[in-house]
Amino acid sequence: MPEPEPAIVLRGLRRDYGERPALAGVDLELQAGRTLAVLGPNGSGKTTLLRVLAGLLRPSAGEASVLGCPLPRETWRLRGRVGYLGHRPLLYRDLSPRENLRLAGRLHGLERDGCEARIETLLEAVGMQRRGDDRVAELSAGMAQRVAACGAVLHEPELLLLDEPDSHLDAAARDSVGALIGPGGDRTRVLVSHERERALAEADEALELS
Amino acid sequence: MTSSRDACLALLGKDLRVELRTLRSLPAMALFAVTTFVIFRFGLDRTELEGGLAAGVLVATLLFAAMLAINRLFVAEHEQGGFELVRLSPVDRTVLFAAKASALFVYLAVLELVAVPIFALFFLESGAALAPLVPVLLLANLGIAVTGTLISTIATMSSARDLLAPLILLPLLIPLVIATANAAEPLLRAGGPEYDRFGTWLAVLGLYDLVFALVGYAVFDFLLED
Amino acid sequence: MRTLAIATAVTLLAGYALAFFYAPVEAEGFIQKIFYLHVPLAIVALVGFAAAAVYAIQHLRRDDPAYDAKSYVAIHMSVIFGTGALLTGALWAKGQWGVWWEWREPTLVSFLIIFLLYCTYYPLRYAIEDRDRQARYASVFAITAGAFVPLNFLAVRLAEPFIHPRTFSSAGGLPPEMLQAFLVCLLGMGLLWVTLVRFELEAKAASADIGRLRRALDPGYAEPAPPRRTVVPAGVSTAEGTPR
Repeated sequence: MPEPEPAIVLRGLRRDYGERPALAGVDLELQAGRTLAVLGPNGSGKTTLLRVLAGLLRPSAGEASVLGCPLPRETWRLRGRVGYLGHRPLLYRDLSPRENLRLAGRLHGLERDGCEARIETLLEAVGMQRRGDDRVAELSAGMAQRVAACGAVLHEPELLLLDEPDSHLDAAARDSVGALIGPGGDRTRVLVSHERERALAEADEALELS
Repeated sequence: MTSSRDACLALLGKDLRVELRTLRSLPAMALFAVTTFVIFRFGLDRTELEGGLAAGVLVATLLFAAMLAINRLFVAEHEQGGFELVRLSPVDRTVLFAAKASALFVYLAVLELVAVPIFALFFLESGAALAPLVPVLLLANLGIAVTGTLISTIATMSSARDLLAPLILLPLLIPLVIATANAAEPLLRAGGPEYDRFGTWLAVLGLYDLVFALVGYAVFDFLLED
Repeated sequence: MRTLAIATAVTLLAGYALAFFYAPVEAEGFIQKIFYLHVPLAIVALVGFAAAAVYAIQHLRRDDPAYDAKSYVAIHMSVIFGTGALLTGALWAKGQWGVWWEWREPTLVSFLIIFLLYCTYYPLRYAIEDRDRQARYASVFAITAGAFVPLNFLAVRLAEPFIHPRTFSSAGGLPPEMLQAFLVCLLGMGLLWVTLVRFELEAKAASADIGRLRRALDPGYAEPAPPRRTVVPAGVSTAEGTPR
């Protein structure tokens, strides 16, 4: 059986902030369709790693290739193929969830009618259809997180980067959001979490940062 | 890649929609401008202005009112993840520069629509200068919009946002102020508008706009990197 | 480096010797000699600003912090030279026109505006903590300000139709003795700028080395341990799963 191209290849990846190393010597190969849990205490570089994988941060040294795009040289080829759910929702507080998702859809170049239908499907899946026209500023943190999850998967990304996706969510919301961003299909996922047991339960592999 | 025009229109539409909804910048700018006129009335102890003095009061007031919008231009992007949203999307990042400069241009035009007639009402003998002022102000707005967007991006990412933007922008805008004031001065003369070296000054304004639009286009990418 | 320093000293001495003993004393009197100090300072400062913009472009292109350091030091040195140019300009104005500041002298006014803009380079740098971002933003500033310099000269000059009679309307208008002395002074001032820039770059490199050594001893800057890699559940046996 021919070995498929891995979704993520890291060799000696390093990222410094000024002179302070945040991440050093990360080697990793993750096959497409698998889920990697990234574990470690606060300040161990979990979010840094995720931002490097998203193409938001340049690696300071080492090789990194995500979805076949070597970083940082071809970061531009990666854009639009990654879904990123950070620890703060990427939502404008003065727009409604629908307006936010519509803006994201237009930036991703989604066809208008298809995008509208998908927004409704996603909002319904996380139980936010009724609050879809309120300003995000009026929503609770958990509700905003649910909308942000819709934004992360709106453009059907090949790679999902999730930074503590369960934060602010109650059990019911965790299930409905989990249905959107959980394992399944041929989607590759990187899941940053400090809840070791829960993360390991849905991961194929784990990377422990220290 | 999403077409740059679509993405730019989407971002511009977002900004205008938010401004219409929250009215955070425009009313403050207009109020600030009118108050500044009153301050000049007493600071200069003049009830009528013409020529260079009129041009100076108008340009200085518009410039300082513009600072209010410039300080706020990227606050939502910085605090609510808009920069990341753009950087994760398949769009040219310069689109954000174009969209923000367009939004600032619109704010300035709306401000002038309110503030310049009030200025004429307060200080001028007649409104005859208003029509020929339009091209001067439009070219000046373009220059303020491109440099303001560029410097606002830098200032937003720093730890001294409200301080840094006016500090860098005011000297940077001096050539634009010189050109705008010199173009407006003969228009505002007591005997009615004259067109002394009008074309020269419009050309200087156009050159300023062009140079900084090109500089902004060339360097904006580097401001969004991390 | 030592050769450069000696060449600088010799050229400067020669230039000012020529200026004082060779070039004729103008009608304005002895105060006119400040011309040999003021104009070279201003010209060298402006060329330094232009050099900073070129270094900044190279920094953004190649992503090499060495060019940011060059751009920084070039601006820093030019701001110092610019301060000198403004002070000597004030002295000259006092001697020539009896006032400390003359708004109708467009070159001096342009220079003041440019100087004010470059002064904001320092608060800009200090307001950005992340080192890489600070370097990039500083380069963007250096390029923007570099484009600003000629535009500013144009606007200020056009705004001033009554230009004062000046010694230095164009270099060709000078008597040959004055021109020769002036050019040697200009060369000396240029060499002084280059020498001082070199010195400061070396001092910065040395203090960076000390910083690196100090950080090597500081546990706060220790390298994070390489991550551990595991496969879950333990039963799955893929080749890439073995911990490295």
